[in-house]
Amino acid sequence: MGISIIVEKCTGCKKCETACPFGQIEVIDKRAVIKEGCTLCGACHEACEVEAIELERPILQGASDLDKYRGVFVFAEQHEGALRACTLELLGEGRRLADKLGQEVAAVLLGDKMENLCSLLAAHGADKVYLASNSNLRFYQTESYAAVLTAVISQHKPSVFLFGATTTGRDLAPRVAARVRTGLTADCTSLDIEEGTGLLLQTRPAWGGNIMATIKTANHRPQMATVRPKVMKKPKPDPDRKGKVIHIPVKVNPKGMKTKLLEVIKSREQTVNLEEAEVVVSGGRGLQSAENFKVVEELAQVLAAAVGASRPVVDSGWKSHPYQVGQTGKTVQPKIYIACGISGAVQHRVGMESSDTIVAINKDPDAPIMQIADYAVVGDLFQVVPELIKEIKSRTKKSESPKD
Amino acid sequence: MRIIVCIKQVPDIAEMEKMETDPKTGTIIREGMPAIVNPFDEYALEEAVSWKEKQGGEVVAISMGPPQAEDALVKCLSMGADRAILLSDRDFAGSDTIATTYTLARAIKEIGDFDLVFCGQQAIDGDTAQVGPMLAENLHIPQITYVNRIEIEGKHVVATREVEDGYEVIRCRMPVLLTVVKGINVPRVPTYSSLSEAMDKEIPVWTAEDLDVEINRLGLPGSPTAVTRFWYPVPRTGGQVLTGEPPELAERVAEVLLNILQG
Repeated sequence: MGISIIVEKCTGCKKCETACPFGQIEVIDKRAVIKEGCTLCGACHEACEVEAIELERPILQGASDLDKYRGVFVFAEQHEGALRACTLELLGEGRRLADKLGQEVAAVLLGDKMENLCSLLAAHGADKVYLASNSNLRFYQTESYAAVLTAVISQHKPSVFLFGATTTGRDLAPRVAARVRTGLTADCTSLDIEEGTGLLLQTRPAWGGNIMATIKTANHRPQMATVRPKVMKKPKPDPDRKGKVIHIPVKVNPKGMKTKLLEVIKSREQTVNLEEAEVVVSGGRGLQSAENFKVVEELAQVLAAAVGASRPVVDSGWKSHPYQVGQTGKTVQPKIYIACGISGAVQHRVGMESSDTIVAINKDPDAPIMQIADYAVVGDLFQVVPELIKEIKSRTKKSESPKD
Repeated sequence: MRIIVCIKQVPDIAEMEKMETDPKTGTIIREGMPAIVNPFDEYALEEAVSWKEKQGGEVVAISMGPPQAEDALVKCLSMGADRAILLSDRDFAGSDTIATTYTLARAIKEIGDFDLVFCGQQAIDGDTAQVGPMLAENLHIPQITYVNRIEIEGKHVVATREVEDGYEVIRCRMPVLLTVVKGINVPRVPTYSSLSEAMDKEIPVWTAEDLDVEINRLGLPGSPTAVTRFWYPVPRTGGQVLTGEPPELAERVAEVLLNILQG
């Protein structure tokens, strides 16, 4: 295993030198030379256009090789300098798994000036924090993040590596897994350690939740998984818990990257992230028009909930695609899912059926959604929802005032 | 320009509830289950075909699967793909996403130079969303996932991707792999004549022998992950049915909601 330059092919173009986030490859006398501190991150290999870099990953043979991989690593996803809620959920779960294995939990944090988050990660269960801090890591970008994580895997050899099943986690984890050539299980809803073997048992729904499967990565490391947000419980922080911060020296050169992030646009409409929301209020065809959707939004507002929509609503253009819940939209698992005027075709149900509590408001008691709802409210949503908004407003006011 | 579109034939889950289960094993009887082109892949194909119509070139649809996956490729041809290739071999069976993307990458290499690779954001049966990024890594090209808008400017692509709280705009020199979301376009519906033309086209079937592959990286032996157990979860059943006048219903629902949220 290892990395080598095919001297006959190398043109001395320096693309590899610019791409290396660790400054470990240099062009000397028009030939690339790899330095001793090479992390095997693969950035040069990706950047080389003449296939002059050979990178061989180790093929693990039997238990003695597998045992070198230890610890549960968690990708600490930050967004605008704050940790995603699912990162803390993963730390809690990672801690539980690591305790079963008698191993450590490490968080891997990439960003710019993120030092203040390290104590938070430790308080939620991390024994170590690997911190890569660089102004060019401020925003997530596949190339730079994949290189740093591959380097962490090559150097620190985790047994388990967990990611949130967010747009970032689902973009990054497969890229890294393919680079180190290990197994990755997507969107897990439960994890455990197998008695005897110590292998990670990764359980996930497939076929829109009609089938549950438990998956193992027996002979490759790390055992990688993305985990659905909101499924694992966020642990109680222990402010006295301290973790060791290990700095990863990186110098990312944007010129070495093939992609360029031009702009980050915030959606003005949705204020609560659908996949991380505690409460989701969704509207369906029963609303009859885009105009009428306001009532759903108002209910969402009083409950601090995210707004969702069924497919017909999106296909009619009343709401844009990011709001869609279901097979060709998002899968949500909130504490409370309120379906207003949604009939509940299977394409919708597969996206919300795992919610803790389902409340359905529908005129038709025979609608499929009413058969799976914990509270099937039979009534005209145009009458019930405004009353409900009024009721919640008055109750929350009452309960807030004495406390303040 | 040459555009590759990777597609998958999937069971039509909407029809699943009509399917029968084997009374002895409790497993779903898959035979006769309708198969469709993965809905997300139709958006990928439409995007590819519409860019080809503007820029010239060809669209190649490629799929890995059992022989009957040919039907899905016929649909792609009827929607405007210029040619289609089916990767089908017993040696490919049991592939996880690592083995699948290795095989797809070798097949794409066999096709030759390309500018764009399109995939749907995920397949509705596996729901992994892993094939796009893993394939990009195997092809050594960048990826842009969850794309809902594309502009082509000379040799560059400017893509807008959907993220949790908005959008990111990314510029990248081709070749690049893009996975697309539903909102990107409205796929065309095949006409009778486009369908009959598609049925007359030859769809070559490539096996492991047609590809420059290491045999131990294919199929089940080439897959790091293995399913060790699967089961059918008990379907969710209903709870209380609430009826009455709207104010009374509102009161009871508010009670329930606030109990959960404050409790």
